[in-house]
Amino acid sequence: MTADRTPVIDLPYTKRTLDNGLDVIVHEDHHVPIVAVNLWYHVGSKNEQPGRTGFAHLFEHLMFEGSEHQNSGYFAPLQAAGGQLNGSTNADRTNYWEVVPTNALELALWMESDRMGFLLPALTKERFETQRDVVLNERRQNYENRPYGLALMAIVASLFPPDHPYNWMTIGSAEDIRAMEFEDVREFFRTYYRPANASLVLAGDIATARAFELADRYFGDLPAGVKPAPVSASASLDGERRLLLEDRVERQRIYMAWLTPAMYAPGDAEMDLVGDMLANGKTARLYKTLVYERRVALDVSAAQQSREMAGYFVLAVTAAPGASLTDLAAAVDEEIAKLAAGGPTSAEMERAEAQAEANFVYHLQTVGGFDGKSDQLNAYNVLCGDPGFFAKDLDRYRHATPESVRAAAQQYLRPDRRVVLSVVPRGRTADALPGSEPVAVS
Amino acid sequence: MAHAPIDRSAAPALGPAPTFTFPGIERHVLPNGLKVRTVEHTSAPVLTMALQIEGGSGADPAPQEGLASLVADLVDEGTGELSAIDVSDALSRIGGDYDVDTGPDAIGFSLTTLARFADRGAELMAGLLTRPSLRESDFARIRQLRIDRLRQIRDIASAVAERAFLRLLYGQHPYGHAPLGNEEALRAITLDDAIAFHAATFRPSQTTLVVAGGMRHAELLAVAERAFGGWQEPPTPAAARTPASAMAAEPTSRRIALVHREAAAQSELRIGHLAVSRRTPDYAPLIVMNAILGGQFTSRVNLKLREEKAYTYGARTSFDWKRGLAPWALSTSVHTASTAEAITDASAEIEGIRGSRPVTEGELAHAKAALTRGYPSGFETGAQVARAVSQLALYGLPDTYFSDFVPAVSAVTAEQVTRVAAQYLDPSRLTALVVGDAQVVRESLHTLSFGEPLELPLQM
Repeated sequence: MTADRTPVIDLPYTKRTLDNGLDVIVHEDHHVPIVAVNLWYHVGSKNEQPGRTGFAHLFEHLMFEGSEHQNSGYFAPLQAAGGQLNGSTNADRTNYWEVVPTNALELALWMESDRMGFLLPALTKERFETQRDVVLNERRQNYENRPYGLALMAIVASLFPPDHPYNWMTIGSAEDIRAMEFEDVREFFRTYYRPANASLVLAGDIATARAFELADRYFGDLPAGVKPAPVSASASLDGERRLLLEDRVERQRIYMAWLTPAMYAPGDAEMDLVGDMLANGKTARLYKTLVYERRVALDVSAAQQSREMAGYFVLAVTAAPGASLTDLAAAVDEEIAKLAAGGPTSAEMERAEAQAEANFVYHLQTVGGFDGKSDQLNAYNVLCGDPGFFAKDLDRYRHATPESVRAAAQQYLRPDRRVVLSVVPRGRTADALPGSEPVAVS
Repeated sequence: MAHAPIDRSAAPALGPAPTFTFPGIERHVLPNGLKVRTVEHTSAPVLTMALQIEGGSGADPAPQEGLASLVADLVDEGTGELSAIDVSDALSRIGGDYDVDTGPDAIGFSLTTLARFADRGAELMAGLLTRPSLRESDFARIRQLRIDRLRQIRDIASAVAERAFLRLLYGQHPYGHAPLGNEEALRAITLDDAIAFHAATFRPSQTTLVVAGGMRHAELLAVAERAFGGWQEPPTPAAARTPASAMAAEPTSRRIALVHREAAAQSELRIGHLAVSRRTPDYAPLIVMNAILGGQFTSRVNLKLREEKAYTYGARTSFDWKRGLAPWALSTSVHTASTAEAITDASAEIEGIRGSRPVTEGELAHAKAALTRGYPSGFETGAQVARAVSQLALYGLPDTYFSDFVPAVSAVTAEQVTRVAAQYLDPSRLTALVVGDAQVVRESLHTLSFGEPLELPLQM
């Protein structure tokens, strides 16, 4: 292995905080004449209340509709400059990004700062109502009209108590979305869309000093606002909950879900590795046993979902014709028990280390977008307060041991502390695991 | 203290456009006939190999629809002493990212790996593609998984629509089926068929290998030579090609088809017809026209159906490029109640751009700028570059294509856009497809000028 000793890989940056509290992080990469602008607001569906779900995401849509000085859609001017742009909302944060040719950086900053400071004068009830309908369509397309599309909603609603904001998915409930009021938008904007609650990364073909100068020029005069208090909530499971969902699906599928450590917390990286060892690739234990050898499953998946306040681990197995969910559940339990007792093999650890390194290197190839370096720097800055976390993040995986992985599997993947969901074709409720309670998701 | 407010009244002007030098491509041919193209690309310590084999799903011998894609899926199930599990293990150990894509005209394999594992990756790739085990037990398992997959995607409206639309447009032409094929055909395919297809198709003379990474051309070539130099052209004859020009007779009037999906929340829509080959000299005006009509967020179609009418989360139009005659189509998923209105509005947009509402200078400038100014951003990663160079090989485009692209698009005029819209888009022979709740939408479809709806069974 010495010949394969890994080189140092890192993601250098410079960080400054403007007087109004806006974090600005700059990373230079001169391979291609483009600059990535990436802005995180530390607000997501975790800042919503029961009965008002889906608001953070609907708000994200409104951010593309216009602001005081750019009072029409945000796509036209940036695309005409050769830029790409998008945004996304999850439980913990909302991000907005542009990737522009170097000569359009100021345009992107002018627009991004305008909607941070001057969104409300341009926001009309008509724009709000149109986007509310667009979001309802997004929900139909990506959840209601998609096989197994409602499964995760049922799972998080059972894993987390009703007053825990991870109890609902970011898209929100259709009923809540329909009930949203235009007036609610203003307060939400004033509370969360402030420099003190945001973090800006500029990455790409730009000199660091120039990047800071431009960031201060466009964002420096915006009033700071008050940094919102962090949300806190806790969740625990005291038994196994069995649920049943009928869906428009050809094959039944069993999901299992557990509460796990939060993002970057001890055990989080180990659970990531557990997910890979169980279901990622043909060497993974569940794939090898259930799909490759016994041929009782069509596909398997397992992954740690890392979130700011808590994590959860979701595993899914789709039954092959003739296989019962009860048998599959037993087979999964057996594989988890083996991993929790014996831990991973040395081959599994070697693969995990090589894949972790490759994933980190591949991450360094693009400056912008949802997977680029700029978004990664913001994730580190906002979620662990350290944009320089890249090397430490990789170390979390390099330092994992067979024992730490085994212990995590044993501690978190307990058969008596989980949610088990059977998704069955409509009318075939008898195919669910015994004792499963029907759940209504809409 | 925050500094004094700045004047925000006008958008900052764009500075002078940055210059960008597109990666140079070197061409080589190994003694066995393998075409190799090397590209020096240094953004990360990573190497990408993209291997393209002539003859994709369009080369499936009738009636064996799905054979090319099945064989492509089967090759990483083992080589030499390695089982499928061993192959997966070997890929993991080099941080390999292996991908297979069976298109209508070619099968593409790609492997991205850490640069220090370049030779191990290339050797593994060569083993899989040139000496796959093709064992009965793996064949039976993979075939069964694909049959099960076919059954599963019956529940995915967009997949149902894609398959039904290809069949409507192309009939029994080899482009008329999706790469996955259909269940009846898959059941009839044997291991011997797979072995014969591999021998007739996976040949150095029919393959282009692109190697992109942070090494000199000579070193990149040497990686290819060491791994693929020993590949021998089989003595058996190569597969015959279906001429891409042979098309079924197309309808001369509008038509609409309906696939029932009970209680569907949305209707999946496709509206279009066969249009033009990727090799057309009108490529530049066509992509500008498409960008304006439906190829970008600010297109006429998306602004109408999403931003103005809120029928949908998004609507777009595109060419599904092929060497032969390729379709142009609008695709979207709309709220069930808005199905007929969406078809009417979409048809009006298609009609409009042909002359009654010609592109404005503003739309033209916007579309050209969007297509050209951001063009270099598609050359960030070695994998992007390798894929782009593979496309040049697939469509027989020159090595200067990348540097010619911006001038070619910039030269497009409004007259050309209207001319190609009128020439290649034909509202009088549009085929519309609705995958949705027939009980709810059937009546409203009769009100459209698309004739009697043709109700199609769900065929997979």
